[in-house]
Amino acid sequence: MIEEIFDEKVKELELKANEARQLLIETLLEAGSGHSAGPLGMADIFTAFYFHILNHDPKNPDLEDRDRLILSNGHICPIRYVLMAKAGYFPVEELKTLRKINSRLQGHPHREALPGVETTSGPLGEGLSQAIGIALAAKLDKKDYQVYVLTSDGEHQEGNTWEAAMFAGKHKLNNLTQVIDRNNIQIDGFTENVMPLEPLKEKYLAFGWEVLEVDGNNIKAFVDTIKQARAVFEKPVCIIAHTIPGLGVSFMEKDFTWHGKPPNKEEADKALKELRTLQGRIMSEHQ
Amino acid sequence: MAATKFMLNKDLKLNEKLFDQDVEQRATRDGFGDALVELGQKDPNIVVLTADLSESTRTDGFQKKFPERFFEVGVAEQNMAAIAAGLATTGKTAFISSYATFSPGKNWETIRTTIVYNNANVKVAGHHSGIMTGPDGATHQATEDIAITRVLPNIEVFVPCDAIEAKKATLEAGKTLGPVYLRYTRDKTPIITTDETPFDKAKIQTFWLSENPKATIFATGYMLYYALLAAKNLEAQGINVIVANVATIKPADENTIIELARQTGKVITAEDHQIAGGMGGMIAEILAKKHPTLIEFVGLQDTFAESGNWKDLLKKYKMDETAIEEAVKRIIIRN
Repeated sequence: MIEEIFDEKVKELELKANEARQLLIETLLEAGSGHSAGPLGMADIFTAFYFHILNHDPKNPDLEDRDRLILSNGHICPIRYVLMAKAGYFPVEELKTLRKINSRLQGHPHREALPGVETTSGPLGEGLSQAIGIALAAKLDKKDYQVYVLTSDGEHQEGNTWEAAMFAGKHKLNNLTQVIDRNNIQIDGFTENVMPLEPLKEKYLAFGWEVLEVDGNNIKAFVDTIKQARAVFEKPVCIIAHTIPGLGVSFMEKDFTWHGKPPNKEEADKALKELRTLQGRIMSEHQ
Repeated sequence: MAATKFMLNKDLKLNEKLFDQDVEQRATRDGFGDALVELGQKDPNIVVLTADLSESTRTDGFQKKFPERFFEVGVAEQNMAAIAAGLATTGKTAFISSYATFSPGKNWETIRTTIVYNNANVKVAGHHSGIMTGPDGATHQATEDIAITRVLPNIEVFVPCDAIEAKKATLEAGKTLGPVYLRYTRDKTPIITTDETPFDKAKIQTFWLSENPKATIFATGYMLYYALLAAKNLEAQGINVIVANVATIKPADENTIIELARQTGKVITAEDHQIAGGMGGMIAEILAKKHPTLIEFVGLQDTFAESGNWKDLLKKYKMDETAIEEAVKRIIIRN
């Protein structure tokens, strides 16, 4: 059961998301490679999952009845790592090892490397299928944990995604909730230029899913939408979460050239200054 | 003169009627189907997925007995592989079943990432392997599947020689924790082993023994029958060989491979698969490093085959017992 979210908790989570963005910039700078825009855009959603939505125990990542959070577009894993660290899965200090030798924090997430990572991912279009497998197992085992899978809009160009969408519709997997990060960018440009995905909502409706849309950078709205999704009993739910890639760092926002690169020192300093200023604004509202 | 002295390894309790005209024949895929039902009865965590090929890949028996644990994914091999990986993360043992050209062919990267690297307890059953698939043509004849699976770290690769061994190998896979690739063939082939024949996935077994052998033939899958036929024919010509059954391609039984190479000095490999990257490649990699030995490779020679009766194809592509005999004769005069 997901608790109702009130203003005070929302503010607390917004603050956490801002801290997460700062940690992310520091982590990417240290790593020297990796993705910036997608992770920044998904900071709010990951914060909502780890600090409000999921039934989980960072100290017992294999908890049998935990909710599953599957990340299909593995390249945005730095923000997942940041929130996992903040939630207590591993020391925040370990974020400095991202993408380095002997690290548990692989460049794309690996289940065998880090407890709490549910699936190995990176190659696109595979996460929805894996989440379906877990949702089927929950049904077989009569477990009532929820399976959440985060996918990207770009990976909807993979045929595998639609194979999975068909299957979930056929089996009416009501314990499966997909959140699509609709940030409109991919490596080679804007999704609608590279290979149009619209009308995305109508496609999922046609495949037998319930479809909800939300501002993915509004934590309260997102939590409310997840609660709404949980109330759907007859089919799987797809939440199209509209996010702003690079959110919080003005020169990264909505710019697809920031999809696959990290900031340099100068850019990181500028980004952190912007994020801290925003943090100051949020805090001052409460002081 | 007395009838040809059969030199089948007595300790292995092989089929004594192996060389009879009316030898019992059965397809390895049938052994797979039998084993799935048995596994399903023993273990409630066994689940089976198929991609619109339940009857021809023999998952229909399991489907009838355990419909709630059977998943028809339609013509979607990538989806099948990744769903199985998801099921396995919860403690299920998942078998995925299709033609080998599609799985592990078409969905290879999905298998690599979500099953093998992910260390998911999934068994990939590849059917209709080899040019034995015959009339369907090269599109459906998987002749690269051993190469593309054995190259992956953290996977075991089994290629059973007959329906009985196919059942045992499948049961073994069900007990093995982690990714396994199993290779099956379509048509009926002679039953070589018996229920009493010991199956040890860690061991290469010598099925044909002789005194002062001049070479060892390593064979895998149903090609073992043709290797044994070749050995029998060669014996009549005064050429003694050993025939070994390579039922497990990976992990390789290095000790036996080296020991047999040392004992006989020459090696022939025989498989219904491309020579490049197949079982012969595995043998060559080991011997080149540990005990350099002359090798002749019998298999598909860097070409696609074609439609046709598979026995005609074996002859045309130089993969039948005659081809194996010729390979032995070539190698024993090489230095």
